[in-house]
Amino acid sequence: MKKVAIIGAGPAGIEAASVLARNGIEVTLFEKSETPLKNIQDKAFLFPNFQAAQEIADDLSGKLLADGITTVFGVEITDLKWQGTEWKLIDSKEQTYVADAVLVATGYQVFDAHRKEELGYGIYKGVITSLDMEQMIKHGKILNANGDEPKRVTFLQCVGSRDEKSGNHYCSKICCVTAVKQAIEVRKQLPKCEASVFYMDLRMWGQGFEEMYRTAQEKYGVSFVRGRISEAAATFDGRVQLKSEDTLMGLPLKMTTDLLVLMVGMEASCGTKTLGQACGISGDYGFIKTVAPHLYDNDTGKPGLFAAGTCKRPMSIWDSVNDARAAAIAIKDYVDSLPQ
Amino acid sequence: MKIHAYPYNDFVIPFLIGTVLLFAIIIYKYIRWIKKFSPEQRKVIRSNWYSWKIFPAIWEMIREGLLHVRILKKNLLLGIMHQAYALGWFLLIVVGAIESRDAFYTMQHEQSIEAVHELQQQNGWHIYNTGQDKNPEYLNQRRYRVETEDGIARIHYHRPFYVGIFYRYFVHKAPASFRQHKAYSNLMDALLLYVFLGLTMAIIKIFWSKILGMRRTTKHTIIDRFSKFSLWMIFPMRLLAESITACLYGNGGFFTQAVGNLFDPMIVRGMETSVWMLYSLMLGVFFVTMPFTRYMHIFTELLLIYFRKIGVREETGKTGYTLFELNACSRCGVCISGCPIDRVLENHEIQSVYLIRSLRNQERGSRLKMIADNCLMCDRCTVDCPVGIDLSALRRQTRAKGAIDTTGNYVYLDKKQTPFNAIGRVAYFGGCMSHLTPGITESMERIFTAADQKYWYMDKLATICCGRPLQQQGFTAQAADLRRKNTDLIEKSGATMLVTSCPICYQSFKKEYNLNIPVVHHTEYIDMLIKQGRLKVRHDDRKVSYHDPCELGRGCGIYDEPRNVLSAVTNLQKTRYQREKSVCCGFNLGDTKLSIEQQTKIRNASLENLTSKPVDAIATACPMCKKAFQHATNDYPVRDIAEIVAENLIN
Repeated sequence: MKKVAIIGAGPAGIEAASVLARNGIEVTLFEKSETPLKNIQDKAFLFPNFQAAQEIADDLSGKLLADGITTVFGVEITDLKWQGTEWKLIDSKEQTYVADAVLVATGYQVFDAHRKEELGYGIYKGVITSLDMEQMIKHGKILNANGDEPKRVTFLQCVGSRDEKSGNHYCSKICCVTAVKQAIEVRKQLPKCEASVFYMDLRMWGQGFEEMYRTAQEKYGVSFVRGRISEAAATFDGRVQLKSEDTLMGLPLKMTTDLLVLMVGMEASCGTKTLGQACGISGDYGFIKTVAPHLYDNDTGKPGLFAAGTCKRPMSIWDSVNDARAAAIAIKDYVDSLPQ
Repeated sequence: MKIHAYPYNDFVIPFLIGTVLLFAIIIYKYIRWIKKFSPEQRKVIRSNWYSWKIFPAIWEMIREGLLHVRILKKNLLLGIMHQAYALGWFLLIVVGAIESRDAFYTMQHEQSIEAVHELQQQNGWHIYNTGQDKNPEYLNQRRYRVETEDGIARIHYHRPFYVGIFYRYFVHKAPASFRQHKAYSNLMDALLLYVFLGLTMAIIKIFWSKILGMRRTTKHTIIDRFSKFSLWMIFPMRLLAESITACLYGNGGFFTQAVGNLFDPMIVRGMETSVWMLYSLMLGVFFVTMPFTRYMHIFTELLLIYFRKIGVREETGKTGYTLFELNACSRCGVCISGCPIDRVLENHEIQSVYLIRSLRNQERGSRLKMIADNCLMCDRCTVDCPVGIDLSALRRQTRAKGAIDTTGNYVYLDKKQTPFNAIGRVAYFGGCMSHLTPGITESMERIFTAADQKYWYMDKLATICCGRPLQQQGFTAQAADLRRKNTDLIEKSGATMLVTSCPICYQSFKKEYNLNIPVVHHTEYIDMLIKQGRLKVRHDDRKVSYHDPCELGRGCGIYDEPRNVLSAVTNLQKTRYQREKSVCCGFNLGDTKLSIEQQTKIRNASLENLTSKPVDAIATACPMCKKAFQHATNDYPVRDIAEIVAENLIN
C-alpha cells in the first residue's frame, strides 16, 4: 500500500487526509502542535453564514477517526529529502519518516501587529487585533481597556497587507469580510456601541459578502470610512485617539475610540517558510510556489510533492478545503502512476 | 667687468608658458571666489586670518595635502598612491631647488671660467658680460684670464626658478668642490622612484581597484583623462631625459644612471634636448589643463583647509566658500565605495563626486536635479571624504527651492501651541516620528519618572515639526518658520534642557537652532542619568546589536553614549559596519526619489549587517530606523535604547 505524508493538521490537511484515506491510501498526518485545527479554534463565527467555528472544527476532527489515517502530533517536520523513489521527512529532533508522496499544508500565521508600532498594539491596552476580537465575541465579553462596555469600536483594515512598508504588497483577502462580520457581531452583542470600519477599498468578493456589507450598513448601522489610520495615541482615560484622513471627504480626521481593532493580514507561517526554503519551493513572501495557477495549482514541480491551502496564499476556509480535495486527487493520480 | 652665466634652453618654453598661465588663471579664479564670500564669512576671515588658528591649519595642510593621513588610515595602498604623488612630487621640487641652489652657490664660489665655458659649450648656457669694460670679443677668446680692478673675474650665475626642474640638463658636471652632488642625485632618484611607486599603484587601481580599498572608481570625463595622461607622462619623461643625460655625461644617481647605462651614447646623443622638450611639454600641458580639470584641487584644497580651520563654514546658499569646496574635490572617488545607493542599488551616477562635478561644470536641468535629489543624506560619503568637504550642505544648496511661494501655509503655527511654563523642568521633544513609535515616547516618560525628573512633553498633543525634513529638501524659508515657532516656545517655557528622541530633531536643534539651553539626545541623557546614579538599571543576558542612526552618529558624532547605555543594561555585540561605517536603514527623510522597493533593499543590507552574528534583539536610537527594521522582520525584536532601558529599570 502506498503511503502519503501530510504536513499540517488544519482544514486543508485534514480534508486531504480524509479523501485519500477513503481512496485506500495510507496517510500519516503530522502536526507541530499537540492538537489539530489551532487557527480555526481562535474564531467564533464564520462568514458568511455565521456558523459557529467550533461546529466546523468538530466535523473536521471527526474525519480524523477514519481508518487509514495515522496522526502524529507534536512533531515538527523541518526538512524533506527526495530519495529517488520516495520522500524522507526529517523532524526537528532529527527523526525520519518515509512516504511515497508528501502534501504540504503548513498554513498561515497572522501578521504580527507589533510591527506597525504607530498603531500602538502592545503599547495601548485599547488596541487589539481581529483575533483578540474573535475571542471577545466568542466569550460574549467585548470590553474596553478599563473592563467596561465600549461605546465605540473601530476596525482598521489592511494591517500588514497591501502595505508596501511592511513588505506585504498582497491582499489577505479575508479581512474585509471579517471586519464586516465582526462589526455586525459587536452591534448584535452591544446595541448601544458604535462600530466603524476604516478601509482602503472593500473587497466583497464571495457569495453573500456584498449582502452582508449592505446589511451591516442598513440593519446594524455600521459606518464605513475610506481612509487609513496614521497613528494612534492613548488618552488620559485609557481610550485611543486616532489620526486619520477621510479620503472621500478629503478631510483630516481625529477621533477617540474605546477599542481599535487591527484587521491583521495573513502571512506564510514559520513552518511554511522553513519547508519552502528547505525544498526550494518558496515563492513570493515565503508562500509555497506552485507550477501554474490554472491546472497545476497543487503541484510544486518536485515529484510527489504537493501543496494545498493557505501555505500557498491567503484563502478562506472553504477555499482551503476545496483546494485540499483537489490536491488529494492529484496525489492519488500520482500514487497510482507509481510502479507497484 | 661682470660675466653673466644664464642657464637657458628652448625646451623650457612650454614649461614657462604652462606655469605662467597656471598661476594667472588660478589667481584670477581665487580672487573672483574670494569676492563671493558672504558678509558673515568675510567677518570670520577678517577676525581670524592671522590668529593662532593658522597653526592647526598649516598642520592639516601638511597632514592632508602632503601626507594624506586620512586616506592612509582608510587603505594603506591607496594612501601610498596619493602620498607618493603629492609628497613625492613636492619633495622633488623642493629638493631639486635646494640642490640647484647649493650647486650654484658652489659654482659662484669657485669662479671658474673654465666651468663657464664648458656650460656654454655643452649645456647651451647663455654667457654675456656687462660692466664698464665691455668686451664682446672676450667670450670668443679661448683664453680665460679676465682682468678687473682687483684682478679677479666676476662671474655671476643666474638661477631662474626652473633650474631645479631641469637641473640635470643644465649642470652636467657638478663643480669640483660640490661634494654632496652624489648624495643629492641619489636622493632625487629615490624621490623619483617614490613617485613611480604611486604611478604603479594608480595603474593597478585601473585594473584592480579593490586591493586599494575602492570597490568602484570614478568615471572621468575626457578632459580629466587627458590631463591625467599628461600627469602620468611627466615622470617617465623625466626619467628618460635624466637617464639620457646620465648616459652621456655620467651625472645620474643610482637609478637614472642605471637606466642611462642601458643606452648607447651614440644613438641617444641627438635625442637629448628633444626628450627634455617632451618632459617640459608634459609639464606645460598639465599646468594649462590643471585649472580646468580635477587637478584644480591641488592648490584649492590647501586654501580650503585654511578657510575651514579659521572657522569659515558652508551656508544655506552658494558662496565663495562653496566654490572653493567644489574645486577642492579631486574626484578621487573615495565617496563612491561606501554609498549604499551605489553598493546596494547599483546606481553609479549620483554619488557626491558626480554632484560636485556637475556643479563645477555649472550644469542645470534634470540631470543635476536627479543627482541632487537621489541621496539619502546619510553622510556616509562625508566621513570618507579625504578633503573634508561638507557634501550634504552642497546637496542641500542644490535642492534649494527658494522660488516656491508657501506664504500662508504656516500661519496656523501660532495658534497651534501656546507657551507653557516649564521653569526648572526638562523639555522633552518626541518629534513627529517618535509619535509613530509610541514605544519610545512611553519609555522616555517612564525613564523621566524613574529618575524623578520633572519634564515638559512639549509636543505630546500638538506637534510642530523641527523643520529639518523641509531643510533637507531645500525648503529653507519654510523650515525657518518652524524653527522660529519652536524657538519661541522653548525659550518662553524656561526649561533648563531639551531632550529629543529623534536624531533628526536632535541635529536640527543642535545645529540649525540657536537655543540658549543644552540640547541632548535621549541616549546622552540616559547615559548621564546612569552615570549620576539617578537611574537604577539591571543588566540582562540578551545579546544586542546596535545600529548607529546616520543623523546621530555621522551627523552629530554621538557614538559612545548609546554604547555606554547598552553596555550597562545588556550585552552589546559588535558588527562589521558600525560607528562611522554604519549602513543607513534606507528609510530616512533624505531621499525623495527612491521607491519603497529600493529603500527595502538598502534596509535589508543594513539588517544583514546587524544580524550577521546571532543576536536576541536589534537596538537603535532613532524612530525612523526602528520602523524600518521593525517592518522588515518577525525574527528579531527591534528596540530603541530607551525601551531597553525602560525594560530594565529597577523601581
